[in-house]
Amino acid sequence: MNFFTALLAQMPDAVAKGLIWGLMALGVYITYKILDFPDLTVDGSLCTGGAVAAVMIVNGIPAPVALVGALIAGGITGAVTGILHTKMGIPGILAGILSQLALYPINLRIMGNRSNVSASVDASPVMASIRYPEQTCLIALLFCVGIVLILCWFFGTELGSAVRATGSNPNMARAQGINTNRTKMVALVLSNALVGLSGGLFAQYQSASDVHMGRGAIGIGLAAVIIGQVLFSRVRAFGGQLTGVVVGAIVYYIVIALVIRMGLNTNDMKLISALVVAIFLAIPYWKNNLAQKNRRRNSSADGTDKDPAWNRRSNHA
Amino acid sequence: MLELHQVCKTFNPGTVNEKTALNHLSLTLEEGDFATVIGGNGAGKSTMLNAIAGVWPVDEGSIRIGGVDVTDLTEYRRALYLGRVFQDPMVGTAGDMTIEENLALAARRGEKRTLRWGIRKGERGQFKELLKPLGLGLEDRLTAKVGLLSGGQRQALTLLMASLKKPRVLLLDEHTAALDPKTAAKVLEISDQIVEEHKLTTLMVTHNMKDAIAHGNRLIMLDAGRVILDISGEEKKKLTVPDLLARFTKASGEEMENDRLLLA
Repeated sequence: MNFFTALLAQMPDAVAKGLIWGLMALGVYITYKILDFPDLTVDGSLCTGGAVAAVMIVNGIPAPVALVGALIAGGITGAVTGILHTKMGIPGILAGILSQLALYPINLRIMGNRSNVSASVDASPVMASIRYPEQTCLIALLFCVGIVLILCWFFGTELGSAVRATGSNPNMARAQGINTNRTKMVALVLSNALVGLSGGLFAQYQSASDVHMGRGAIGIGLAAVIIGQVLFSRVRAFGGQLTGVVVGAIVYYIVIALVIRMGLNTNDMKLISALVVAIFLAIPYWKNNLAQKNRRRNSSADGTDKDPAWNRRSNHA
Repeated sequence: MLELHQVCKTFNPGTVNEKTALNHLSLTLEEGDFATVIGGNGAGKSTMLNAIAGVWPVDEGSIRIGGVDVTDLTEYRRALYLGRVFQDPMVGTAGDMTIEENLALAARRGEKRTLRWGIRKGERGQFKELLKPLGLGLEDRLTAKVGLLSGGQRQALTLLMASLKKPRVLLLDEHTAALDPKTAAKVLEISDQIVEEHKLTTLMVTHNMKDAIAHGNRLIMLDAGRVILDISGEEKKKLTVPDLLARFTKASGEEMENDRLLLA
């Protein structure tokens, strides 16, 4: 088998993983892009979702119900971060780190003080399995499409608009009578519920939940969001942006498959994804610096400031 | 309509940066009053507006709007009664959202945010009609992101949003200070129009003495966190800038030290 046929044979697996993690990336998009809140809870809540789903399945509960359990469990972890932030005044990034830290022993306890729980395709009927990546792709795709549609609806409603306003300009939101603590809570619960759902599906896919399965999840989520933004930079519609996030996750896993084929191991991927995120985050900053340098050169030439501060586009637009 | 009674606010109490921003400030606005507010740097102009808006709780005193005691209400709850425009054009609108989305958010001020569509049927038409009189062409750009607008356009939009749901009190916090003179004049004109049309009770902070004299039916001067001058009616109409400077010196017992206020 040559390099390409081997790579091609891995595609169903890569796409399945990408679609499952795409759900998680949609959650990251809600906090990171819409709410402007770097939420690190996800490294913990992904495993919470996986652990809850695996334990429920092992106990004979149907897989779809187990996924609902994973969704709810993820939502609760988001609520905890929300309470730490809004009721206790802890800065967002720290609130997420605290939740993540506290979730480690909780995840272990959910799994009965074991570091992993096996939910094998042989023992129980599951909705996703590494043994049937094509079927998993279909199921995960249905989930992604459904969630994207639900998010498109939600962020078009009054409450969803209020969440977007909170992320865009919290001062304005409060001046318009929006309870920004409540909208932050809504976004965090929604985001982590999706991360929990993703964890629940992924635990089924890899036939087990593992206490380390969420390690570095935020990096993958951010990479997917950022790759999606670059690929879909011309698409303005909200649904298109969300689709871009899912596509970003798929591209990420295809790149992983490629890199592994080329001889690197999965642990090296963490380094590569960190580099990808760093570079893509740096590009707008470098562009901006360059533009300012050019502007300074131009304005010093004729002695006028062509771009007074009030006329400049908002930085976060 | 608006009653401030013996309001006190001290920032950073007990530290070297302690600053008494409002010192037993009392002020009453009648319904339909349009009061301009002037004063030097640190006189408490913006602090007074923030106290009314509930950005932070006050240390002492009470605030009533339309007979309702709002002293203990949070900022977002008071928004039901208040329309606000800020000095920084970026603060009053959500730059990542479209013009129609911003207007729709303002149309729900003080209401519970439900799972109904953010923009209801027929609202787009209303927004167009509201934007037309501004003469800025915004009525044809309903789906443009507000971040693409200039500072003057954003302030005009913020004014419209502040008055979309008729507020009990309109708070204008140096809302033309960040604009060039021509745009500032246009935004002031729009402010006058909107205040007149809705008969809004208004507090307008300005650092421009001429504007303070030319607009509104009352002029209030603050110094060291309290009201030192309150001029209204015929007396205000006859005011000139030198008059105002002389009265400031008399009332505060010191020369007007603020260059910005003098040069404006």
